[in-house]
Amino acid sequence: MSTRYTKDHEWIRIEGEEGVVGISAHAAEQLGDVVFVELPELGKTVAQGDELAVVESVKAASEVYAPVSGEVIAVNNALEDEPARVNESPDAEGWFVKIRITDVGQLDGLMDDVAYADYTK
Amino acid sequence: MRYLPLTDADRAEMLDRIGIESVDEIFSDVPAKARLDGLLDLPLRKSEMEVERQLSALSNRNIAASQAPFFVGAGAYRRHIPASVDHLIQRSEYLTGYTPYQPEISQGTLQVLFEFQTQVALLTGMGVANASMYDGSTACAEAVLMACRITRRSKVILSGNLHPHYAECAHTLTRCTNIETRSNLARPGGLDDIINAIGEDTSAVVVQNPDVFGQAHDLTPIADAAHAKGAILIAVFTEAVSMGLMKTPGAMGADIVVGEGQSIGVGLQFGGPYVGLFACRNDRNYVRNMPGRLAGETVDADGRRSFVLTLSTREQHIRRDRATSNICTNSGLMALAWTIHMTLLGDTGLRTMAQLSHERACELANRLSSLGGVELVTDTFFNEFTLRLPGNAAEMVQALADRGVLGGVPASRLYPGKGLDDLLLVAATETNTQSDIIAYEMALKEVL
Amino acid sequence: MAMNNQGRPSAPVHTSDPGAYEETFSGSKGLDQAEPLIFERKTYGKTGVDFEVSTGTVTRLGTLVREGGLGLPGLSEPEAMRHYVRLSRKNYAIDLGLYPLGSCTMKHNPRLNEKLARLPGFADVHPLQPQSTVQGAYALIGELAHWLMTLTNMPAVAMSPKAGAHGELCGMMAIRAALDARAEHHRRRVLAPESAHGTNPATAVQCGFSCDEIPANQRGRVDMEAFKAKLGADVAAIMLTNPNTCGLFEGDIREIADLMHEAGGYFYCDGANFNAISGRVRPGDLGVDAMHFNLHKTYSTPHGGGGPGSGPTVLSEALAPYAPLPFLVREGESWRMVEDQAAAEAVNADPFGRMTAFHGNMGMFVRAMSYMLSHGADGLKQASEDAVLNANYVLARLKHVMTPSFEGLCMHEALFDDRFLKDTGVTTLDFAKAMIDEGYHPMTMYFPLVVHGAMLIEPTESESRESVDRFCDTLEALALAAKAGETERFTAAPRFAPVRRLDETKAARQPVLRWTPPAADAHAAEQPPSGG
Repeated sequence: MSTRYTKDHEWIRIEGEEGVVGISAHAAEQLGDVVFVELPELGKTVAQGDELAVVESVKAASEVYAPVSGEVIAVNNALEDEPARVNESPDAEGWFVKIRITDVGQLDGLMDDVAYADYTK
Repeated sequence: MRYLPLTDADRAEMLDRIGIESVDEIFSDVPAKARLDGLLDLPLRKSEMEVERQLSALSNRNIAASQAPFFVGAGAYRRHIPASVDHLIQRSEYLTGYTPYQPEISQGTLQVLFEFQTQVALLTGMGVANASMYDGSTACAEAVLMACRITRRSKVILSGNLHPHYAECAHTLTRCTNIETRSNLARPGGLDDIINAIGEDTSAVVVQNPDVFGQAHDLTPIADAAHAKGAILIAVFTEAVSMGLMKTPGAMGADIVVGEGQSIGVGLQFGGPYVGLFACRNDRNYVRNMPGRLAGETVDADGRRSFVLTLSTREQHIRRDRATSNICTNSGLMALAWTIHMTLLGDTGLRTMAQLSHERACELANRLSSLGGVELVTDTFFNEFTLRLPGNAAEMVQALADRGVLGGVPASRLYPGKGLDDLLLVAATETNTQSDIIAYEMALKEVL
Repeated sequence: MAMNNQGRPSAPVHTSDPGAYEETFSGSKGLDQAEPLIFERKTYGKTGVDFEVSTGTVTRLGTLVREGGLGLPGLSEPEAMRHYVRLSRKNYAIDLGLYPLGSCTMKHNPRLNEKLARLPGFADVHPLQPQSTVQGAYALIGELAHWLMTLTNMPAVAMSPKAGAHGELCGMMAIRAALDARAEHHRRRVLAPESAHGTNPATAVQCGFSCDEIPANQRGRVDMEAFKAKLGADVAAIMLTNPNTCGLFEGDIREIADLMHEAGGYFYCDGANFNAISGRVRPGDLGVDAMHFNLHKTYSTPHGGGGPGSGPTVLSEALAPYAPLPFLVREGESWRMVEDQAAAEAVNADPFGRMTAFHGNMGMFVRAMSYMLSHGADGLKQASEDAVLNANYVLARLKHVMTPSFEGLCMHEALFDDRFLKDTGVTTLDFAKAMIDEGYHPMTMYFPLVVHGAMLIEPTESESRESVDRFCDTLEALALAAKAGETERFTAAPRFAPVRRLDETKAARQPVLRWTPPAADAHAAEQPPSGG
């Protein structure tokens, strides 16, 4: 199991052909208190870089982009009632969606945790 | 100039401090060809007395509602507004404040908005309401957009008995989008067949109650039919006082309720400013798709209850090209007037006001429709009804005006070229006296 | 001697720290009085309005009559007066002090305007009365239209838009209609500077366009090279605020207009900042095709705590035919309101539609007319000059302690950013909240987005030299205090407002948008509210 990061601060944890997507702790801190998360419909197909979700703080709305192309096969409905999970646990309970990855090759273009840590310094 | 505090001496010293010779230097970025050297071809400054004289002369050329037996409605109504309402809205702290973006020094306006939202929700029988829109017609158009966002469908059916100006506003606001709004033909005294027009792809149906002809309806069957197809019922009202006597749109199954609040607290004002009321189900998806401002309750750093504008990520100043609406200003001061008047009325006063309006309208309808050749088209109504006259209604309205009676709105003014030229819309309110009603009866007898 | 033995101290004797008794029993603090919600007073069944006796019979509503109450509380007049007066005292207002909100033009609201707007011939007339009975009201609208067209050197004006954003919609819809009439359906891209008001992109999208942002140059103006690069056959228009939201005049505006016209597009000018140039520069001379006014800003119809506004929109020859219904035409000595499509076609117009039920915010027209007549051509020009003079004076006085975002002079508002707060632990927000403790409304913060931690100050022409000096003294002292490490003064602010900083996260995460009766209290109302 490995986790990759985008330059737009999404992470994707790869589980075989599937990937769980969220936003990084760094991004969650920058956003401030998350008050709402707008999630995609199940079954939606997205291309890499497409808008996947919208995350809102009190004064800002930010788009979350798909780190890779694929189909949305699960969404974290718990965020509807508890958006604070994105702040409290960005790497785990604050996940957004699960994607069935169409092209695992796209993962090669993303950063690993060391590269991402360096990127956000 | 009485409104400009700077003196010539101030100006000279300030220019000196800035380090420039003349104020012209500040305008040096203006292209040379576009710089005005002299003054525009407009009159020079005037004293208060002169301005008052000039505008009073214009005011005197109009016939005010208070100067004649007055029965004009069709979307705006003459009503009694307690003197305290106008006094309160002229307090500096309400009149001369900005939108309450700094909640620590705007708790007055914010609490007022929170109370306003609650009153609107109670009046319409809905879960929540926003902090007001420009007016009823724009609120209606925004409701259409909202319904399409919620249902992710794009076909909207407008009742033919929806005020035509409201329908035109909805058409206009959606003409550049993928939303298709279709108006049915009007059916004075009845209701166009909305139920059978609802399809699987219908986003919303928009029905006015009482409708533009005054006819009152039970919306429940329409709500049921809409819901069965996954569509939204948008209930529209142009006379908020009607809910003082009638079942609420919420009780009849409406999902979004919008309308004109003018008849409470605001006054006729020749068409504006008015106050649009906007309420909907208390459902997360609805609330997040609502246009306009919302005041919400929270606490301050010391745990004291306080109020703040909230859910503003829906709005243009944050969401920009993805906002739910481009609206920036709402109708704050008119919302204040509305809420003060409503607080003075309460359930009891509102019901009495509605009751009196209904009684006056019933008496007027009975008297006028007993004149030879006059037919009452609407059998179920609140305070507005439609007459069929033995001739052209617009001409008779003018003839009535020549006799000092403002007798209503000819249907042809709202539905030009639609063959409704003999119909007249007539409204009565608590402001109409017995002698007004008799004067109207006499005048109509003369012009028939 | 005859002695009154009830003598009381007539000078303070107790001067020790009252800190132990900071809280009061009533929740009020002197003149800052606690005031519950009207719903918490349990005054159901009461009313503050008396009516004539009614018969109580309902004959024409059948089964549509409502049983039971709505749960709306009522207050008698003295109770209502006290409720709303108490609440009013928790608000800041222009009449209480300088209100430096950049881009909002918080100027004095003359009371003559209020008086005249209440004349019965304006306030108590119906929009659908016979046209022969409202000729004076039409004449006022016509006269105001004449002033607006003269001030802009534009040939037409649509009066019905209800606010600035509504005027934007009007102008952009006219542009869309003109493009449609030319069958140029491929023109769907609208350019707007990244510093634009949020209403600009929101409006463009509502008119079926997409919005393409133009970057600013180092001087805070449109980057001309970037602008030229974005021109193309699919461009519909540019939306530009001038003076722009950085408080600067776009000196290349004429070239921008010409290039846009050559490219086949139109020029929409956002008139939000017209107060800087009213009476000195006419947008028609700059190549503008459409511009809305904010009558509540420039011509001082009051802001009213968030509206109503009024947004008449001037249109060029190219766009004038598409102006929305209804509109006035003059026929000899009388006026006629054209209200429908057929009547419009008869006067060779092709309106794109209708924006509102009636013909605009008459109450605001009267106020604006009263303001304009009072000022006259000379006073309007003087007002603009004083507005830019005051703003530049603020800039000159504060540029040594705060950090102006751009070099040189400004127009009617001065833009600073947060570089002067670097390493102080004080943010723009903290600084603004400290202004509240000093008795001022904060300036516009974090807008425009093109500079970091923006502070946009617009003093307007209504401030005296003394007032501006006192304001600058205060801001200077605050800036020095921040740099001197008095961080708490800022981070704990406001300390002297009716409430302290609010938990906006809570408000947004668990929205409470209306009062609901506590469960135990549900019987308080005659009929408990049913909700949706």
